[in-house]
Amino acid sequence: MEKIFGRSESLRDVSTHYCPGCGHGIAHRLVAEIIDELGIRQKVIAIAPVGCAVIAYDYWDFDCCEAAHGRACAVATAIKRVRPQNIVFTYQGDGDLAAIGTNETIHAANRGENITVVFINNAIYGMTGGQLAPTTLIGQKASTAQKGRVAKEHGYPLKISEILASLPAVKYVERVSLHSPQEILKTKKALKQAFQNQIAGAGFSLVEILSPCATYWGMSPKAALDWIRDVLSKEFPLGRIK
Amino acid sequence: MKAAKKTEKILMAGNEAIAEAAFQAGCFFYAGYPITPQNELIAYMSYRLPEAGRVFVQAESELAAINMVFGASAAGVRAMTSSSSPGVSLKQEGISYLAGARLPAVIVNIMRGGPGLGNIAPSQSDYFQSTRGGGHGDYHCLVFAPAGVQEAFDLTVLAFDLADQYRVPAIILGDGMLGQMMEPVNTAVSVSRKTEKPWALTGCGNRPANVAKSFSLAEGALEKNNLILQETYCQIRKQEQRFETLLTDDAEIILVAYGTMARIAKAVVKQLRKEGKKIGLIRPISLWPFPDRAFSAAKKDKIFLVVEMSYGQMLEDVKLAINGRSRVEFLGRSGGGIPTEEEINSKIKALS
Repeated sequence: MEKIFGRSESLRDVSTHYCPGCGHGIAHRLVAEIIDELGIRQKVIAIAPVGCAVIAYDYWDFDCCEAAHGRACAVATAIKRVRPQNIVFTYQGDGDLAAIGTNETIHAANRGENITVVFINNAIYGMTGGQLAPTTLIGQKASTAQKGRVAKEHGYPLKISEILASLPAVKYVERVSLHSPQEILKTKKALKQAFQNQIAGAGFSLVEILSPCATYWGMSPKAALDWIRDVLSKEFPLGRIK
Repeated sequence: MKAAKKTEKILMAGNEAIAEAAFQAGCFFYAGYPITPQNELIAYMSYRLPEAGRVFVQAESELAAINMVFGASAAGVRAMTSSSSPGVSLKQEGISYLAGARLPAVIVNIMRGGPGLGNIAPSQSDYFQSTRGGGHGDYHCLVFAPAGVQEAFDLTVLAFDLADQYRVPAIILGDGMLGQMMEPVNTAVSVSRKTEKPWALTGCGNRPANVAKSFSLAEGALEKNNLILQETYCQIRKQEQRFETLLTDDAEIILVAYGTMARIAKAVVKQLRKEGKKIGLIRPISLWPFPDRAFSAAKKDKIFLVVEMSYGQMLEDVKLAINGRSRVEFLGRSGGGIPTEEEINSKIKALS
């Protein structure tokens, strides 16, 4: 029988620790597929974040580096600068990239580091139990904002991708989503572009992926996908930002 | 810098000598953030590394700098950062991660007065922070305390070698005096060793993937990693104690001082010997591992006088090493105050 689908070489054959309905599994697989398709597995170095994807290296079968919370872009800067022949990417959540690591993210982008950033935005802290994130929506409940986000107290959802897109050294920013098969295909396309940019030496590329967190949104997996389509993507519009 | 002939000495400030030593030791990556009194070091690296095709990054913060060093070290190259006390406090996160992930690096701390923003005067008040770990978790860094510019050069080269050999972060602990003062240096004295790094992240090629990490979630895994660290520290304590002694054999009073403070203590010893006093000096060169061995001759009839530019930090290690066998006294100043020869003299007179 002809084999028409299989596990990516870059993905290990292990069971998942992610919650039912979580988007990380899909995002991990897309990254792995693109790395295989581009034939770069042997020279990839990934930087795993602190957050739900902290053990991304247990899923990916290529060289990986830990980073302290928020410092992935600093770690990536150094790795890419000392090993420019390698393909270096970070994989970070919204708390990691846009709260504790805002400084590292903005300055790596502003230097135009030739790296790829995979930014998972699920509008909540998952690993620590559903706290208010920089990207949590107005009115969205969190364990540290039990009546929901209030602009006067918490400010507004931080649109870090738009901020980064305003920097002259940034090459490519696109926001995509995992809420339907069609959107997943678009996500894959955007990720491929972001890696191809690095291969071409074009500079800093970031793909923001709206990703479901059914557990801390308090929804079924299906309702979480619909919420991205109907609510989250209204605040964070999909498409190419730069 | 112009290349020195092998026997030639060049007049260099401590900060520059440390930077040149790092370069000679094969430091390939440096990241730093401006802070006084170590700015000559970062400035030197900003041109010395790129002119040889190596990497210099002026980081956006101390945190970014030390985490860049983490990345560079994980990628298998020799990496360094430098700062001064408040900046080194910020770096503690990254130093803890380096220790946990068993990544070598060299961190230079040209100490200034604290706590807080303190001042920019010479100080030794980061002794506890440097020798006890500094960040969270059970770990140590190698800590070397040069007392002169040549020694700063030599110990920096050694720090790179030993950091690689043991896979631990190493600290060069100086102060504003050492960083700024100029002395002749022979930059050809030290020979650097190379260590293989099969654990480095280079892209997996055809080997199994490497992971550089400190995180160990599985039951028992972290304890196992920490026990490896402890074995390493045990070996370091046995192998790497370094110290200098001056006229200690017949001494009734032995001064204990490190770094630039030891130079002042040395002047006191020389002067009082001329006056016929039986006095000597122990100068710890490695602060971690602390040179316990230097105190093996401690007996009832000897008095040890610890002199610091801090309020009794190394004093604790001296007391632990002597373990009650001798009387231990202390003289210290901090916040920019430096114990003078006169102050040390009158303390000694009060003892005898």
